[in-house]
Amino acid sequence: MDFGNLFVIAVGSILINNFVLMRFLGICPYIGVSKKLDSAVGMGMAVIFVMTLASFATWIIYRYLLHPVTGIWGVDLTFLRTIAFILVIASLVQFVEMMIQKLAPALYSALGIFLPLITTNCAVLGVAVLNIDDNLNLVESIVNGIAAGIGFTIALILMAGIRERLELANIPKPLQGIPIAFIMAGLMAIAFLGFSGLSVG
Amino acid sequence: MSLGNEFTKGIYAENPVLRLALGLCPALAVSSSMTNAVGMGASTIFVLLMSNMLVSLMRKGVPAKIRIPIYIVVIATFVTVVEMVLAAYFPPLFESLGIFVPLIVVNCIILGRAEAFAGKRAFIPSIIDGLGMGIGFTLALCAIATVREILGNGTWFNLQVTPTGFEPVLLFMLAPGAFITMGAWLGLFNWIDERNAEKEKTKAYMTEFGGEK
Repeated sequence: MDFGNLFVIAVGSILINNFVLMRFLGICPYIGVSKKLDSAVGMGMAVIFVMTLASFATWIIYRYLLHPVTGIWGVDLTFLRTIAFILVIASLVQFVEMMIQKLAPALYSALGIFLPLITTNCAVLGVAVLNIDDNLNLVESIVNGIAAGIGFTIALILMAGIRERLELANIPKPLQGIPIAFIMAGLMAIAFLGFSGLSVG
Repeated sequence: MSLGNEFTKGIYAENPVLRLALGLCPALAVSSSMTNAVGMGASTIFVLLMSNMLVSLMRKGVPAKIRIPIYIVVIATFVTVVEMVLAAYFPPLFESLGIFVPLIVVNCIILGRAEAFAGKRAFIPSIIDGLGMGIGFTLALCAIATVREILGNGTWFNLQVTPTGFEPVLLFMLAPGAFITMGAWLGLFNWIDERNAEKEKTKAYMTEFGGEK
């Protein structure tokens, strides 16, 4: 196992190609759930959890059901990728929701309201598609899923912290709310551009 | 609401991107050039129109409990069609839109219209609604792309529009420029709204009290 390679993938997804600020994935929850720090943390945890599972499940499905050579049918079903992945993610989210509700009610009351929102979070489908496009193996895919989730959470928590302070700031009226959040995100993205100088590997 | 209103509401009053803040990921990601913006807009219009039509036709047969998975499968099917058509006939566009072609599936505008409109309404209004919303989305994309391409690259639809002395602001082609342009457009729309509201207020005041003096 090449741990150096996994480290490169993780740093790449968390900082250099941060899913939110550099790849523009998961913008809707990023703007929608970043008003309060508590809910940002909850959403972040839920996304890390689902992304990790989704990376695992979609990789297995692609490799053993859709791929023309390694798939069990021996037929090229790769054109079904989008449909298969979104179905897997939707059912996975539903399944996770039911499991958590049954097994960990405390966790459910913390994450419950965020789980249904995750199905249409494009970052989850995005990480699944990127894993396949970048030819990652199973372990790399899972690491990429966790790292992408962490990157999303970092951006979300930073934004929530800033927005809580913005509540008290004197902002021109037309810019209050979502517009100023976008401008803040732009400034954060400038800061994250600095990481592109970070060369690993 | 008349059919004309169903059409125009998606373009201005309920513009999905600039008013409702939906479909933000593609709006930011593929708005670095006009070509990409129009390509993405056309793909989204097609998917939105087809899914609205099918969802509206099926609305009596779909059990309420499993309607969301059904909508998602309908949308994913049309996205797959778009993917294949783009890959076959427009490979450069397909290449530059990249991962955002399969991600049309999770564009919340499309699922949102299926859930909020087409799942309850008749066939014709659903078509009109899909067209209006799709065109509104495309126009918003073009608005962002115009600012970004001209400032960031000095071109519009790959045509040079700035004088030769103009030094392009590279920042607008990169991620931060997308966020800042988006914020500026949203702010501008809020400002216009506010001014209109103020004008209405003054007008109402004038008609009520203006004649007395």
